[in-house]
Amino acid sequence: MSFMKGRVLVVDDDTALAEMLGIVLRGEGFEPSFVADGDKALAAFRETKPDLVLLDLMLPGRDGIEVCRLIRAESGVPIVMLTAKSDTVDVVVGLESGADDYIVKPFKPKELVARIRARLRRSEEPAPEQLAIGDLVIDVAGHSVKRDGQSIALTPLEFDLLVALARKPWQVFTREVLLEQVWGYRHAADTRLVNVHVQRLRSKVEKDPERPEIVVTVRGVGYKAGPS
Amino acid sequence: MSQDSAATAPGRTGTRRERPVGRKTAGSRWGRFLEGGLLQGGVQGSPVLRLLLRWVRRPLLPVMRLWRRNIQLRVVVSTLVMSLGVVLLLGFVVIGQVRNGLLDAKVKASQSQATGGFAAAKQRADESAAGSADDGAAADERSRQNVIQWMSDTVSSLSSGGQGAFEVVTLPASVGSETGGRGRRASGGVDPTASVPEALRERIDGTTGVFQSYTRIVYQPSAHKESQPGLVIGKQVSDPNGDLYQLYYLFPLTQEEKSLSLVKTTLATAGLFVVVLLGAIAWLVVRQVVTPVRMAAGIAERLSAGRLQERMKVTGEDDIARLGEAFNKMAQNLQVKIQQLEDLSRMQRRFVSDVSHELRTPLTTVRMAADVIHEAREDFDPVTARSAELLADQLDRFESLLADLLEISRFDAGAAALEAEPIDLREVVRRVVSGAEPLAERKGTRIRVAGDQQPVVAEADARRVERVLRNLVVNAVEHGEGRDVVVKLAAAGGAVAVAVRDYGVGLKPGEATRVFSRFWRADPARARTTGGTGLGLSIALEDARLHGGWLQAWGEPGGGSQFRLTLPRTADEPLRGSPIPLEPKDSRRNRGLDDAGLPSGGKSATVPAQPQGEQGPLRPVRDPIGPRQSAAPKADPTALPGNGARVVPRPASGTRRLEDTIGEQPGERAVPGEGAGKAEEPDKQGETTRGR
Repeated sequence: MSFMKGRVLVVDDDTALAEMLGIVLRGEGFEPSFVADGDKALAAFRETKPDLVLLDLMLPGRDGIEVCRLIRAESGVPIVMLTAKSDTVDVVVGLESGADDYIVKPFKPKELVARIRARLRRSEEPAPEQLAIGDLVIDVAGHSVKRDGQSIALTPLEFDLLVALARKPWQVFTREVLLEQVWGYRHAADTRLVNVHVQRLRSKVEKDPERPEIVVTVRGVGYKAGPS
Repeated sequence: MSQDSAATAPGRTGTRRERPVGRKTAGSRWGRFLEGGLLQGGVQGSPVLRLLLRWVRRPLLPVMRLWRRNIQLRVVVSTLVMSLGVVLLLGFVVIGQVRNGLLDAKVKASQSQATGGFAAAKQRADESAAGSADDGAAADERSRQNVIQWMSDTVSSLSSGGQGAFEVVTLPASVGSETGGRGRRASGGVDPTASVPEALRERIDGTTGVFQSYTRIVYQPSAHKESQPGLVIGKQVSDPNGDLYQLYYLFPLTQEEKSLSLVKTTLATAGLFVVVLLGAIAWLVVRQVVTPVRMAAGIAERLSAGRLQERMKVTGEDDIARLGEAFNKMAQNLQVKIQQLEDLSRMQRRFVSDVSHELRTPLTTVRMAADVIHEAREDFDPVTARSAELLADQLDRFESLLADLLEISRFDAGAAALEAEPIDLREVVRRVVSGAEPLAERKGTRIRVAGDQQPVVAEADARRVERVLRNLVVNAVEHGEGRDVVVKLAAAGGAVAVAVRDYGVGLKPGEATRVFSRFWRADPARARTTGGTGLGLSIALEDARLHGGWLQAWGEPGGGSQFRLTLPRTADEPLRGSPIPLEPKDSRRNRGLDDAGLPSGGKSATVPAQPQGEQGPLRPVRDPIGPRQSAAPKADPTALPGNGARVVPRPASGTRRLEDTIGEQPGERAVPGEGAGKAEEPDKQGETTRGR
């Protein structure tokens, strides 16, 4: 793991938790920076250019969902939400607003670090590779997806999801397998992560997200790549 | 017939007592009547007859329906019927009175007229007799001629005074003797024999009294007159020769009949008007009452549909207005209460959410700090290091307790939502079993899965089902005392089930229902060694209920226990049974053994000796029955040989019948002993732990 890619922006209003997060992150070799206010979060993000954002959902000023949306609007940087509510609505809203992953309080430091590492892992240089899925062309090394020469902007996570499906177009991926391959979960976790991100991915790459042709649902099993 | 109706009487009173709810009742009443009474000889159940009945009944159905549903119609119709009855009764009485009055007057007048006539006839006879008394035998023949003439004269002279008000008829004295001049004569073209009743003639015959009778006056065809009702008064009188003949006065009653029919017509017209008017009045009056009632019913329906702001219009101060006021007050109170409850629920939900957040954020900090300290414990002195360990362990427990508390309060607040989608329970079971493997290895337990050859798909919330099953499997491993744990899956008849069987200490009688209580522990003395929060099964039960499913427990002391989760195959389908019997096939009772492991009387012959037939391919490494048999008497003091007492709790007896019919998998046979066992089953319906 290269320490160059270790800048983490912690957006949390609870100073004790933020400090504790700082201790843990530094101990693991990351470079944390902090912001406590939702209104200042975007400015701090532009200033520090982090490799990953840890974002508490409950913030003074702009709330976490809004901050998440703003950051996602200008960057594909991985965002991990910290939430006290594992209820459906909060988590799904957070994921839909652009977060890549979430972690429910209270969490163990190791769990947090594992999630952060999983999100940063993909920054290792991949071998040059060309993939085709549907009418899309994926340049894995160049991190680009093109349809008829037009490039489509995807977040790293969405890109990983698409690449995972495109590498084995003959295989049906269960949500659990995708969670393991793309998110790096050892044990099965919340499959809503997969559902939400597949929806987000479809909204970007499908011609008609209502009738997907690239990421096809296999009812009762999972997803697979559409025929190229 | 009377015997038949007596025989059917109890049944028919039974149907009469209940409110007629539809054609079914009417039909059955008809059918019973026909079967019991009219058609006892084999026609009952004839399809032709039933078809005919249905054909007759069908056009009546809308009418009967209207009759049942419309109180206004009922009141108007019954008013009409009753007033019609009253008017008819009244009419008959009035007409009777009028007729009596009319006839009495006529009869009196006629009688005096007739008496006068009889006297005149006698006088004439006496006069003629005096005039010809001195004549001899020669005169006899002449007088016979004279009598014929005399009779005719008498009749015409007597009737001449009547001017059509009466007619006169003479008949011979004895019926059938028509001798001499005493033949039949009549004035005004009256037919003498047809107009005078035979009975009257016989009465007069041989007496001197005056008799009367009503009759119809019939005229000779030559008279061209209609017959008419009349009064006939007759007497036996003698002619100039002293021979008797019968003299009748016939008084026509046409005038009286006309008057009577006029009265009848008037009464009928008046009665009809009264009845119709009464019906109309009843309709209007009932409408006044029924309209507000209908309005109230409509508004009550809208209220119950959730439109709590609906109110009745209240005008005046009468009873209807009071009803409206009371109704509105009730609606108001309901609205306030529902509002309060909704607020409370919302507050509760908010509170849970806030507590959740407020507690979890500092807990996260503490958790992380504790972990950092725990990681560094090797550098501490032993006391501090142990403290760090305790801190980390208890934080784990605190966390899970907090999570469970929040979860259960979410259920209590009604905030738990089901995210059902079709899932294969085999997947869930696989995950749960692999998650429980480390614990099972520590305990030396093997977890076996049965019934996973076919997909077991149901619409369910995977997260919740997994939580339930994890709980059951972990519990089974923890209480299984190192013996095997069997997870069995099955699907049948709109339901899927997962049963987790262990062969550990089992459950005492009555515990099968209490295990689901919050913070309940089987044995307070040996509690706390395992890390459970005491809420796991309560949450599992709530999860099952949220699915519309059941979570039930069975156990016998020393014989292990079985927990069964039954879920409907689709979310909106009610459960009727479970594919897996709650009491496992290898329970002592089903193996035909009493609690000491000895064959119990009568059953051993019919029960298969190898109870685990369906688990054949799995080939258990260790027979779980072996060690338990020796342990059983120790665990249960009532289970001595010869003691017939059953201590096996059977909390789900209510569902067993269905299980037996739909629940058997291919290859499994219903254990014949079950039928015998059912009879001695205490009715523990009230204790069942199934969901709604």
